[in-house]
Amino acid sequence: MRQSTLPGGGVKIMLSNLRTMWLVFLHLFHKKETIQYPEEKIKLHPRWRGRIVLTKDPDGGERCVGCYLCAVACPVDCIALQATEDENGRRYPEFFRINFSRCIFCGYCEEACPTYAIQLIPDFEMAEYNRQNLVFEKEDLLINSQGKYPGYNFYKVAGMDAGVKEKGEGDNEEPVVDIKSLLP
Amino acid sequence: MTVMQHIWIVIGVLFVLLNIAAGLIWVERRLLALWQDRLGPNRAGPLGLFIVLADTLKLFFKEDWIPPFADKKIFILAPAIVVGSVLLSFVIIPFAPNIVVADLNIGLLFFLAMSSLGVYSIVLGGWASNNKYALLGALRGASQMIAYEVFMGLSLMGVVMLTGSFNMGAIVEAQKDMWFIVTQPVGFFVFFIAGIAETHRLPFDIPEAESELIAGYHAEYSGMKFGMFFIGEYLGITLISAMMVALFFGGWLGPSFLPPLAWFALKTFFFIGVFILLRASLPRPRYDQLIEYGWKILLPVVLANLMITGAIALWMKGG
Ligand code: SF4
Ligand code: SF4
Repeated sequence: MRQSTLPGGGVKIMLSNLRTMWLVFLHLFHKKETIQYPEEKIKLHPRWRGRIVLTKDPDGGERCVGCYLCAVACPVDCIALQATEDENGRRYPEFFRINFSRCIFCGYCEEACPTYAIQLIPDFEMAEYNRQNLVFEKEDLLINSQGKYPGYNFYKVAGMDAGVKEKGEGDNEEPVVDIKSLLP
Repeated sequence: MTVMQHIWIVIGVLFVLLNIAAGLIWVERRLLALWQDRLGPNRAGPLGLFIVLADTLKLFFKEDWIPPFADKKIFILAPAIVVGSVLLSFVIIPFAPNIVVADLNIGLLFFLAMSSLGVYSIVLGGWASNNKYALLGALRGASQMIAYEVFMGLSLMGVVMLTGSFNMGAIVEAQKDMWFIVTQPVGFFVFFIAGIAETHRLPFDIPEAESELIAGYHAEYSGMKFGMFFIGEYLGITLISAMMVALFFGGWLGPSFLPPLAWFALKTFFFIGVFILLRASLPRPRYDQLIEYGWKILLPVVLANLMITGAIALWMKGG
C-alpha cells in the first residue's frame, strides 16, 4: 500500500521539508567545490590518460617499430601508420597519424604497444577551433623523452640486429650459437 | 495624481519589473550554485552579472522555430498570455504609498482573476504544440491550477475579513499595528504553497517536470517564445513574493530609516530568495500526491482557518 498523506503524516513531511531547506541553506557557508579553471589548474595524476605521445629510447632512437598493434587495438580506429625500414633493418613508422577528434582516450593503444612507444600523458588542454587541427602527425606526436618507462630500449633486448647492437650482445641474451660447429 | 505622474509610474513599474525578471536569471543561477557548493556564473562582467545579457542575446538569436504540426496562431499567442497576465496582476500591487498603477477597490479579486488567466497560456501552449508530452504537461497544469486556485483565494479571505476591504492599499494600511503573518499564519502558509503551485516553480513544477515530460507544455518552444515563458515564470515569482509581502508582511511598512519602497523591495527579495531555496532543496512530489495534498489537507485547513477567523472577527466586533 502506498503511503497516504493523512494530516499527521503531512505535518511530519512539512517539518522534514523545512529541515531540508535549512540544511541546504547552510550550504551557503560551505567550502565551494568549483575549480576556477584557467587560473587554477586541476591536479592530474601521473597515469591520467590524456594527449598521446610517441616516446624515444635512451639512445634517442624512435621506439615505435611499426607493428600496427596499436592501430588494431584502437576501438575507434583513429590511429593510422605505415611501417618502413632503415638500411639496418630497423623498423620505424613512415608516418604516424592520430585523429584526436575521434580518440576516446581509452589507453588501449598504450596497453597493446610492445615497445612502450605510444603513451598517454596527463594533458587534456588540446581544444582547437578547426577540426582538422586535431589530426596529429608524427612530428606532433614524437617527443624527445622516454616518457613513463625510462631506460627501456627495445632493440637492446630484441634478438635481431638493427644497427643498435650485434646479434647475441643484448641484455640477458645468450651468445649466438655457431651452427657450423659440433662443440657445445 | 496627474495623468503624467500616472504614466511615469506605469513606465517605471514596467521597467523595473522586466529588469528584475531578467536579473533573476543571474540571481537564481548564482544562488542555486552557492547552495550546491558551486560558484555559478562569475565570468562575464562584475560578479558574472553580464550573464543576463548573454542569456538574453542568446535567446534572441536562437532559431525561432514553429513546428509544422503546431496550431500556429495559438502557438504564438500562448507565451504572450503568461507575460501579459502576470504583468496585469502587478497593476494592483502597492509598492509604496501612492506608487500603485491602479488603486482598485477590488484589487485582490483582480489579482486572483489575472493569475487564473495565466493557466490559459499553459493549456493553450500545450494544446497548440500538438505533442503528447506538451499536452500531458498542459493537462497537469490545468488540474494543478484549478486545485490550487481554490485555496489561494480562500487563504486570502482571512486577510480580507480582518481588513474589511479588497483594496491592497487598505490591506497594507491595516497592518500598521501588527502584520497579518501574526494573525493569519495559516493563511500565509497556504497562500505560500498555493503561490508555488501557481507559478509552477519547483518543487511543484509538475506541468514542466523536465525529468518526466521533457519540458512539458513548452517542450516545442524555442527562442524568444520560450524566453517569454521564462520571463513569465520569473515575473510570477516576483508577483507572488510581492503579494506575500503586501498581504502578510506589512508591505511598505517598516522602521523609517529606509524609504517605504526600499522596505518593499527588501522584503520581496527575501521571498524570491526563499523561492530559489525551495528549488534548491526539495524534490518534486508525484502528481497524485500534489493533488491529494491540495484537496485533502490544504482545503480543510484553509476552510477551518476561514471559519475561525470569521468567528473571532465577529466576536471582536460584537464585544
Ligand atoms: S587511446 Fe584508445 S581511442 Fe585513443 S588512440 Fe589509443 S586506442 Fe585509440
Ligand atoms: S606505437 Fe607501439 S603498437 Fe603502435 S605501431 Fe608503434 S610499436 Fe606498434
